[in-house]
Amino acid sequence: MPAPSHNSGDDIVQSLVADKSHDSAVDESMLYFAAVTDGPEIANIANKRKGLGVGAWLSIIWLALLLTSSFAAPFLPIPDPINDVELPRSGGGEAVVIATPPSLDHLFGLDSSGHDVLSRVIWGARNSLLIGIVSVGLGLLVGGVLGNIAGYFKGKIGGFIGSVLDILLAFPQLILALFVVTVLGHTVANVTFALAIVSTPVLARIARASALSWSEREFVLAARAQGATHRRVIWREVLPNVLPAMFSIALLGIAVVIVAEAGLAIIGAGVKPEVVTWGNIIVGGQGELRGAAHIVLAPSLIIFLTVLSLNFLGDVVRARSDVRESAL
Amino acid sequence: MAGSGTAHLRPSEEALLRIEGLVVEFPVGRSGLKVHAVSDISLDVLPGETLGLVGESGCGKSTTGRAVMQLVRSQAGSVAFEGHDLTKLKGEELRQVRPKLQMIFQDPISSLNPRRRVRDIVREGLDIWKIGDEDARNAKVTEVLEAVGIDPETAGPRRPHEFSGGQCQRISIARAVATEPKLIICDEPVSALDVSVQAQIINLLQEMKDRYGLTLIFIAHDLAVVKNVSDRVAVMYLGKICEVAGPDELYAAPRHPYTAALLSAIPLPDPAVRAKSTEGVGGEIPSPLAPPSGCRFRTRCPAAAEVCAQEEPQIREVGPDHFVACHFPL
Amino acid sequence: MRKSKKSADAAARFETEPTEGPLLQVVDLHTHFHTGRGVARAVDGVTLSLERGRTLGVVGESGSGKTVLARSIMGLLPKSNVERTGSILFEGREIIHASNDELRELWGSQMSMVFQDPMTSLNPVMKIGNQITEMILQHLDVSKAYARELALAQLKAVGIPEAERRLKEYPHQMSGGMRQRIMIAIAIACGPKLLFADEPTTALDVTVQAQILDLLEEQQRERFMAMMLVTHDLGVVAGRADEIVVMYAGRIVEKAPTGLLFSDMRHPYTEALLRSIPKLSAPSHSLLQAIGGRPPDIVNPPTGCKFSPRCPYVQEKCTQEEPPLTDAGSPDHQFRCWTPVGTPENRAALEANRAAGLESALAVVEDVLPAGVNAATETLPPLTTSHLRSGTINPKESI
Ligand SMILES: Nc1ncnc2c1ncn2[C@@H]1O[C@H](COP(=O)(O)OP(=O)(O)O)[C@@H](O)[C@H]1O
Ligand SMILES: Nc1ncnc2c1ncn2[C@@H]1O[C@H](COP(=O)(O)OP(=O)(O)O)[C@@H](O)[C@H]1O
Ligand code: SF4
Ligand code: SF4
Ligand SMILES: [Mg+2]
Ligand SMILES: [Mg+2]
Repeated sequence: MPAPSHNSGDDIVQSLVADKSHDSAVDESMLYFAAVTDGPEIANIANKRKGLGVGAWLSIIWLALLLTSSFAAPFLPIPDPINDVELPRSGGGEAVVIATPPSLDHLFGLDSSGHDVLSRVIWGARNSLLIGIVSVGLGLLVGGVLGNIAGYFKGKIGGFIGSVLDILLAFPQLILALFVVTVLGHTVANVTFALAIVSTPVLARIARASALSWSEREFVLAARAQGATHRRVIWREVLPNVLPAMFSIALLGIAVVIVAEAGLAIIGAGVKPEVVTWGNIIVGGQGELRGAAHIVLAPSLIIFLTVLSLNFLGDVVRARSDVRESAL
Repeated sequence: MAGSGTAHLRPSEEALLRIEGLVVEFPVGRSGLKVHAVSDISLDVLPGETLGLVGESGCGKSTTGRAVMQLVRSQAGSVAFEGHDLTKLKGEELRQVRPKLQMIFQDPISSLNPRRRVRDIVREGLDIWKIGDEDARNAKVTEVLEAVGIDPETAGPRRPHEFSGGQCQRISIARAVATEPKLIICDEPVSALDVSVQAQIINLLQEMKDRYGLTLIFIAHDLAVVKNVSDRVAVMYLGKICEVAGPDELYAAPRHPYTAALLSAIPLPDPAVRAKSTEGVGGEIPSPLAPPSGCRFRTRCPAAAEVCAQEEPQIREVGPDHFVACHFPL
Repeated sequence: MRKSKKSADAAARFETEPTEGPLLQVVDLHTHFHTGRGVARAVDGVTLSLERGRTLGVVGESGSGKTVLARSIMGLLPKSNVERTGSILFEGREIIHASNDELRELWGSQMSMVFQDPMTSLNPVMKIGNQITEMILQHLDVSKAYARELALAQLKAVGIPEAERRLKEYPHQMSGGMRQRIMIAIAIACGPKLLFADEPTTALDVTVQAQILDLLEEQQRERFMAMMLVTHDLGVVAGRADEIVVMYAGRIVEKAPTGLLFSDMRHPYTEALLRSIPKLSAPSHSLLQAIGGRPPDIVNPPTGCKFSPRCPYVQEKCTQEEPPLTDAGSPDHQFRCWTPVGTPENRAALEANRAAGLESALAVVEDVLPAGVNAATETLPPLTTSHLRSGTINPKESI
């Protein structure tokens, strides 16, 4: 997020911190000196406008792979993840139910009911990503609107929305989600809804802070002086500046929600176990951590990679969305 | 109140803008204290005139400008524009007068939206008021950009960060004149610029004034700049008016001790003459939370006497079209 | 390891040490930044020297390399993408290759800097008192209590009222002028011999500007400190500097003792800078003599004289060959121009350019020149606004 106004101490702390990070070769005493000087002016110029790094591309590739395979799951040549499978029979004819470790046939192995774990992870991605994207999308929409309004109208409206957000934020988030899901039922839609409620105030707070500082800019005053309505000012002047920062936060938000879904599943407040989600796969494998760790490890690894990619991409988006404001 | 009075106002029929008894106060948190940003000032501007408003930072110049634009609301007083009191207008009525009043700000970077293109920035006013059709608007944008010395072809699709401070200020001027306003309030438009660029912008403003028949309020803290552009100068101190006069008169024979101090502080490009703060005013401007009683300048005034603490001087005429609010004018 | 060196008596530092030679000698300094677009020659072959206790004014438009010059000398540049060559002798000691440890020895105690923006220059989360004492403790071998006392004395010396109370305050609780005083207090706390003041008053009001400049001068005199006063306003250095260098596109274009520079300026850029200042003596509404266009792009500067695209006296030769720094009369006064101001060639060039309709030449109005500069030549007819029509600026050429 760009730090528009230079009025608050926090902005300056941030800019100083940001400044320090530019030049790791500089030794500590120089940093002290820079702290009592106006470092940012010179140091900020170099690190702008480079191509996307390898990390960003890897992240994009990973997320694209994940998205396409989960969309295409019904058409992929992968075993059914839910329905009973033809289990291998032992010599006596009774079914042998053992989780098998990864093999060439089943890259991620089989779980204790004989389902292919890779298939389950792909089908799980469908639900987990859906929950993540939709809930953060809803949070972004509602929170973004509330935050922008609260930040732009500082007076009574802003104060009221601000207090509501504060109360929502003060509520223990997990308990809030647990409560909603328990009352409404353990469906994908309800878990999504619960997580949207949890992410709304967080996103609104960030939108509000950003809108607040952008609203103090003179171009906002200039637009008002030209006779633009409040709606037009928010829509054309404030929002375009707040949005890019919000978008990068939203990417991190999706990562957080994916983990949260798994968390809810583990405490029994998630989607009902019949539905495949990453959280439920982990729950299903919990009992066999000792003998068949791969059931838990596979989805965990996928979650880890996904969260990492989202975080990384979020950072890149943030860095890129910092508009250059002066020619220098 | 000190530095109050309306002796310097001209007949209200003649004035394009007439501010009377304007008071703007900002509450500080819930402490009950108030920032006395503007305390009972009166000013007027005739059509086609440039009124210069000078004073140190924090004396309430911007607040005055914003109160005229109704961007901050005043606690008392009236702002009559073409005979209509703007302070009484609300909502849509107020919005309707907006295109006649425009403002140019100090910070060339902060006053342009970094995410919009130059062409869109300049067009905004025309879009808001749906002036003319698509082609007419584009033609107008091209015209004003050319008028301020920015090439519409190459500069139009660019964003503000690609321009220097002086060029950004040109774009701001183009935006302000696009809707053909009557009055433009220039809030320190050159304070953030280099001297060489400053001269370009001042010349440009004069040129725009002639070309579009504008009336200007020119705010600055540099008396030399104000002298150059103004037809009449008002000196402000801590939310009050000290002195009002024509620029040449004011500079040749300042009558208020504060004006004299401001003048002596200007660094002259002449090694033989030294700007001296000792001849000027020492110390700092007092807090606007609790301004001094009587004459607000008395804490720094070399001529202050007993009466200055008790009685607020009223603005009175001390020469032809020369007004001063001081018990002991120089 | 620093302790041993520091144990020199703190008071002795404020005294003058009669060492031979100038305090600072910079020879052919180049500072180049390697940017995505190419090499930015921010400082390009600067040579200057500064005696103890003297003031050197550095003047130029923004982007002319003043800040980079000051920071190059101090060794306060980002380490990446920078190339510095030439020689910087401080008290006869070469410091251009000094390590951070060596530089740390110098910063604060030998040379120090005051910056343009007093808000971002101070640490916002640290009390004023602590910021000053920290600086003192870092360089002087004194006790904490003594450092506090010294800090208090510093604040009083820079004219801060109620100094005791101010020590416990944070920067945001003060006005811009007050913060700049604090910056000065910190910069001179350890009695440096050389102070860089980089546009110390640009962000301040005129009245406060005069106060701060007076303060700097007073402290300088008391401590026999040399000062490099950087500004874009010739008016600021006119009454304060002993010598002035005018910079353009990273180069010195004119260098002279202050009196001589104003009475006998030779470079068209210096003249243009002076003309652009609004004169109090001129009647209101007189046209200001702006310098048209903008400073050159230092990555792709024009060939020949860097000022040629904006110069009213530009000639064929100017666009082909860069003029060297030449002596004007005395070796103290140097300039970089083929047809310097005040010469018949210069006058002829102006006439020719006017005849050819060159905008920058048409915009020149003689009568605003300081007395004596062009006294010998007859005055030209007065100009009207139309001569000054601001030329269309093409942002492409300068981005
Ligand atoms: N929105 C505001 N809230 C509180 N105080 C304000 C506000 N705007 C201005 N002030 C205060 O009012 C006084 C006058 O400010 P301003 O009009 O900006 O002065 P100037 O433009 O002359 O520098 C200052 O003390 C300033 O701190
Ligand atoms: N770290 C940097 N990287 C690249 N270019 C720089 C850097 N610092 C300064 N410059 C360039 O050097 C030139 C001189 O800058 P500066 O010394 O700040 O000018 P001044 O202080 O005279 O306004 C400018 O064109 C600026 O863009
Ligand atoms: S003489 Fe008295 S009234 Fe006049 S400016 Fe000084 S203090 Fe104010
Ligand atoms: S006359 Fe020629 S050499 Fe001298 S400054 Fe002008 S362009 Fe440069
Ligand atoms: Mg202001
Ligand atoms: Mg600089």
